[in-house]
Amino acid sequence: MTLTDSPGTAGTAAGVKPVLEVRDLSVSFPTDDGLVQAVRGVSYRLMPREVLGIVGESGSGKSVTSLAIMGLLPRTARIAGSACLGDQELIGAPYSTMQHLRGRRISMVFQDPISSLNPVYSIGWQLAEAVRAHHDVSKQAAADRAVDLLQLVGIPNAKERASNYPHEFSGGMRQRVVIAIAIANDPEVLIADEPTTALDVTVQAQILETLDLARRETNAAMVLITHDLGVVAGVADRVLVMYAGKPVETGTVDEIYYSSRMPYTLGLLASLPRLDDRKGGALRPIPGSPPSLLNLAPGCPFSPRCTYRGDVCDEQEPELLEVAPGGHRAACHFSDQLEQRREAPVLETDATLQEELA
Amino acid sequence: MTAAVEVPPTPLPSADPVLQVRNLVKHFPVRGSGVTRRTVGEIHAVCDVSFDVARGETLGVVGESGCGKSTTGRAILNLQPATSGQVIYDGKDVTQLTGSALRVVRRDMQLVFQDPFASLNPRMTVNNLVGEPLVIHHIGESKQARRDVVAELLRTVGLNPEHGNRYAHEFSGGQRQRIGIARAIALEPKVLVLDEPVSALDVSIQAGVVNLLEDLQDRLGLSYVFIAHDLSVVRHIADRVAVMYLGRIVEVATRDALFERPAHPYTRALLSAIPIPDPRKERERRRIVLVGDVPSPAAPPSGCRFRTRCQVFRDDLNDDQRQLCIEQHPALEERGQGHPVSCHYADVERVV
Amino acid sequence: MTDVTVPKPDMIKADGPQRDVSSRDFTVRRRSQSALVLRRFLQHRLAVISLVVFLVLVLLSLFAETWWQYTSTTITDDLSQGPSLKHPMGTDSTGHDLLAKVLAGARVSVLVALLVAVLSTAFGTVFGALSGFYGGRADTLMMRFVDLILTVPSLAILITLGATIAGGGGDPIVIALILASLSWLQIARIIRGLFLSLREKEYVEAARCLGASNRRIIFRHLLPNAVGPIIVNATIVVAVAILAETALSFLGFGIKFPSTSLGLLVAEGQSAASTRPWLFYFPGLVIVLIALTINFVGDGLRDALDPQQNRVRA
Repeated sequence: MTLTDSPGTAGTAAGVKPVLEVRDLSVSFPTDDGLVQAVRGVSYRLMPREVLGIVGESGSGKSVTSLAIMGLLPRTARIAGSACLGDQELIGAPYSTMQHLRGRRISMVFQDPISSLNPVYSIGWQLAEAVRAHHDVSKQAAADRAVDLLQLVGIPNAKERASNYPHEFSGGMRQRVVIAIAIANDPEVLIADEPTTALDVTVQAQILETLDLARRETNAAMVLITHDLGVVAGVADRVLVMYAGKPVETGTVDEIYYSSRMPYTLGLLASLPRLDDRKGGALRPIPGSPPSLLNLAPGCPFSPRCTYRGDVCDEQEPELLEVAPGGHRAACHFSDQLEQRREAPVLETDATLQEELA
Repeated sequence: MTAAVEVPPTPLPSADPVLQVRNLVKHFPVRGSGVTRRTVGEIHAVCDVSFDVARGETLGVVGESGCGKSTTGRAILNLQPATSGQVIYDGKDVTQLTGSALRVVRRDMQLVFQDPFASLNPRMTVNNLVGEPLVIHHIGESKQARRDVVAELLRTVGLNPEHGNRYAHEFSGGQRQRIGIARAIALEPKVLVLDEPVSALDVSIQAGVVNLLEDLQDRLGLSYVFIAHDLSVVRHIADRVAVMYLGRIVEVATRDALFERPAHPYTRALLSAIPIPDPRKERERRRIVLVGDVPSPAAPPSGCRFRTRCQVFRDDLNDDQRQLCIEQHPALEERGQGHPVSCHYADVERVV
Repeated sequence: MTDVTVPKPDMIKADGPQRDVSSRDFTVRRRSQSALVLRRFLQHRLAVISLVVFLVLVLLSLFAETWWQYTSTTITDDLSQGPSLKHPMGTDSTGHDLLAKVLAGARVSVLVALLVAVLSTAFGTVFGALSGFYGGRADTLMMRFVDLILTVPSLAILITLGATIAGGGGDPIVIALILASLSWLQIARIIRGLFLSLREKEYVEAARCLGASNRRIIFRHLLPNAVGPIIVNATIVVAVAILAETALSFLGFGIKFPSTSLGLLVAEGQSAASTRPWLFYFPGLVIVLIALTINFVGDGLRDALDPQQNRVRA
């Protein structure tokens, strides 16, 4: 995939440069059983102030992609491709360079707020330390900034709470602190990896608001990684759907949710039980399970679970091609026939539909 | 033990109850760190919970972590002894049973666990896992007879009996959960307590397991106590829903009543917090964002336990009205909403 | 090689839950638990070499009579000779071939050590399992008892027991019993800790929910999951017991003439360490070799049996 061919955005207008550009990123892990191809070629562009939602199930490679960008994968991982933060190449960059960039220009919020904070230091100290790691300021100035940040992320009595230790905070409050640390140095890119998965729904709503606030405050672009299609619907501008280590569809939220051209996305949307759904009836699951990333069979990895599959699907893996002007791309051999399917029950074994496609 | 137990009334009786839970209370002692490990406090995990489950019915029990929903499920099965209260099944109080009498009841009441990885012994094959209840309860004359039953069970839950010699770790999450379900229905129970049975599964897998559960209910006439934090799934599967907060049921209603006319401020906040996978609707929605976190169950607030986070208490009440919330626990009763709700000002919200 | 196959179209289109059964669904290659353990153990090169060295040593000493011309009691005409082709480890002042004596000593030492491992593992496992499983007051009492014995200097007890019980005989089995009476403590503690955490596992709760008895839970659910640590600790006990037996015999409270052991040989050779060093160093070397190889085997087993060592998950 060449540079010009990489999935663009609606805003790829001349003059605006992406803050983060990932090209053909692939990651594999050698294991006892062979090579696990966790990520098999991911490309995307993140424009300034944009929110990109990366959606996928466990094992789809969504988290590994971001860890590779942050340089946080174990040494055994084999990484290829490129990820440019502005003009700075991140893949293969020396440790010292990454150390300098992480937290300052690109930072990350993890799923588990307990393990991302050090239990033996106070919250204020950890925040001030994050500030001082990249800025030559006095201890007092850093401490003041820490209190400001805590206030910003909505921690009541920030001044007093700064001297508390992580275990004295609840899960939601800890996640706020983690967000505060992530934005302490006004990063250009904020990667949030399942930031609300470990939290209750009422707290999730608070954290999503906090993230949004933090993002607007720092003008950062955000990559939001999640398995929850509901969270993405409310927060993201654009969405990248991943399956078996590859992006299978990308486009604006509306394109993905209302005019998807990829059977996996359609199936995922149709399989969800919905809060706003008044009629009962059986749910429509996607049959089967995601494939093993070990010794992946040739052809489209979704084909064994797909009702649209034809002979070509078992032979050739579809490329992520443009299906509509403006950056909506899908990786399906039959994407042109999926137009206007919307949330139709595409995954029902529908005889007429099968004939129509044959 | 043979005499039937007298069952106290409940705010929402069922016509044909299989399981009756009355005034269930579960406290966990908080022990000090000293040598003697004295009890220094109590965690009020479940407080005065009562409900009925009818034959063939699914009762959804929803709430956030720490609300006591899982503890309730385990107390029903006497896996954790209740502090007080009754769980009446088949004329017997399950909380009072021990030994073989308890074993007999457990043939009829089973549990499906949340985590399909932790709940299956990694050193046992699928055949042994699913066959274990048969061995324990001496069902089936021979090994071969049992093996046939296991094969049938595996087919019932949509697994291939040929894979019975494999270990659980060789299966995907959804398949493991099917193994857990096969094990739970092996004794042909009447009541299944489902503790977050799909929340550990990937979205594309969840629907299949939910369908399986509904299918089994129709075929075997099971009653479900479906414990979940995901209200979308509950809306799909439950006939009635009980919402729990900090150990208490705050609202019980039929599914449609609860989702379309939620009366308790907590239920409303919970419903509004759940993201809908529909960008347009999501943009238009106005969210009730609760402040703060769930208070510690070791020191629950006085009066109404939800008042510390309640949007109505905060925005719509005057000081006199608030006093009632602080002093008096609102009983779970019918307050003109058509279903029991535990809020002094449930009617105030209707206007708001 | 693998089960990963593309299912036939008819498997996919079949209606109902049977859809799930395609063998493609398996995320992990079909392989039994024991094959996995063996495979991981074989990857630990040092452990494999150690195991081979140890087994060769044991076999050589067990069948010493069939391949070596002298026995430990044969008296040759070569007195106090250094290592040579005829006597690879030399001879002592009465003309005994040292290699023959070392082989005989190793036989006794290893026998004692294995006996200690079996006895203390069996008792320690049962003690620790009961303590950990039932918990509460019983657990407190049992563990305080263990702590009490652990506070007493073990060498002093061993010497006292060795002097009184073993008396003049120095019977290897009695010595093994004495050593086992102290080495089960560590195992009991480890197994107790393991059971404390294992009994909280969800699959144990599941078994309880099915109506399983405590006995069934302990033997069907907990013990199989504790096998790894039990085996690893047993190997450690073997190494420790070899050294303890050496110490005891060295001090004169363990194995006694006419029986022999590596410790006894070191004790006898000690006085000649400067004039006839082979008498001291060869038995000593064999002790080190045995202790070292067993430790490495234990290391390898621990790595192989540790479920945390699973494949990297994407």
